[in-house]
Amino acid sequence: MKKDLISITDFSKEEYLRIMELAADFEANPNQELLKGKVVASLFFEPSTRTRLSFETAINRLGGRIVGFADPDSSSATKGETLHDTIRMVSNYADLIVMRHPLEGAARYAAEVSSVPIINAGDGANQHPTQTLLDMYSILKTQGTLDNINLFMVGDLKFGRTVHSLLQAMSEFENPIFNFIAPESLQMPRAYKHHLEERGIRYFEHEEFTDIISEADIIYMTRVQKERFSDPMEYEKVKDVYILNKAMLENTKPNVRVLHPLPRVNEIATDVDSSEKAYYFDQALNGMFTREAIISHVMNLK
Amino acid sequence: MEKNDAKKKLKLKVSAIKDGTVIDHIPAKSLFEVIAILGLDKIKNQITFGTNLESGKLGAKAIIKVSDKFFENDEINKIALIAPHAKLNIIRDYEVAEKKIVEIPEKITGIVKCFNPKCITNHEKITTSFKVINTSPVALKCKYCEKITAENQIKML
Ligand SMILES: [Zn+2]
Repeated sequence: MKKDLISITDFSKEEYLRIMELAADFEANPNQELLKGKVVASLFFEPSTRTRLSFETAINRLGGRIVGFADPDSSSATKGETLHDTIRMVSNYADLIVMRHPLEGAARYAAEVSSVPIINAGDGANQHPTQTLLDMYSILKTQGTLDNINLFMVGDLKFGRTVHSLLQAMSEFENPIFNFIAPESLQMPRAYKHHLEERGIRYFEHEEFTDIISEADIIYMTRVQKERFSDPMEYEKVKDVYILNKAMLENTKPNVRVLHPLPRVNEIATDVDSSEKAYYFDQALNGMFTREAIISHVMNLK
Repeated sequence: MEKNDAKKKLKLKVSAIKDGTVIDHIPAKSLFEVIAILGLDKIKNQITFGTNLESGKLGAKAIIKVSDKFFENDEINKIALIAPHAKLNIIRDYEVAEKKIVEIPEKITGIVKCFNPKCITNHEKITTSFKVINTSPVALKCKYCEKITAENQIKML
């Protein structure tokens, strides 16, 4: 049976750990010709330069060839072809499909239609599992473990798919503690808090972004996006409350690291960049190693 | 005494069948959806129905009698979402041979539309599929977009 990666929960804890192990291996030795003679389709029905370059670099470093499109205007999708037909055709040509699509559930559907593995590089506001795995690899690298992590999530916890997936994945490990810092209108949805409660995992909710972060091992920042608010006044009230600056990091633990899925707008002040606790640029580089690992895992290359 | 009279009156409103299935306690507003889901509008069997009948529990209820038709559980459970209190009497030779209640299945395939306008199933010809994560109130998790359609958001396809 072929293996796909559509949602983070498709993988077991053992598979998370296997990917971490492979990512470390690729970090030590990024150029391995494991995809030699293989063709990977990179289908971006919605542009995302950052994710696409990360994937395509990973494929190149594995020695694979790439076909596909970077933007929907050049794709058959805009000429009225269904996703079904595009995937049927491409899965005849390629050995693996990496796809990003603006509609939710598109990757799951593609996986049903395709005869070759599908890696979901984002399906609307639903899932972006490779981001979660690179976040986990970043946590593992900076903390030496995925157990006993006190993880602070800050900003838009309601619509932010990255924090939801990271919460689900990290709840598989020993004794995590979650701290949610968000305005009332953007709090962590009930379903995810319920997920933690079922597993007896501790979490705390805060509206104020204060020195409570002195307990953090990881501070995961997200963007508070204007378009999420039905009331513009509400946005004005909260937009500058959830900004991290260098001074706020003074009394934090020495091992704390600041993560962000990027791109940032203003939620991390630029003075944080020079702090040894800033990790978001390294996190992006970890993405390439993690994607080499994910490709190897779904295609059984190693 | 009064109760018995009421029962008798109700029975008189819809004529008896020799063999087949009586589906009772359908909310009156869901009658035509039930007919459509069970495909009763496409079969040749003799069917009688009554609607806007008085019922304490449901307000107005409907009843369907289908001659010479015996439903499989999978088939009849499809109506559970819109007629959760429906009761079936299986009739053989004018007698009630068996009684059944409908049960919400673990998985719902087709029938229901995903409430999420950005779900792929609302943009391409795909059979919807949901996992029933709660039965009262009903909550359905879409296999594709993973969003949860709540009972008050359920729309039939
Ligand atoms: Zn859906």
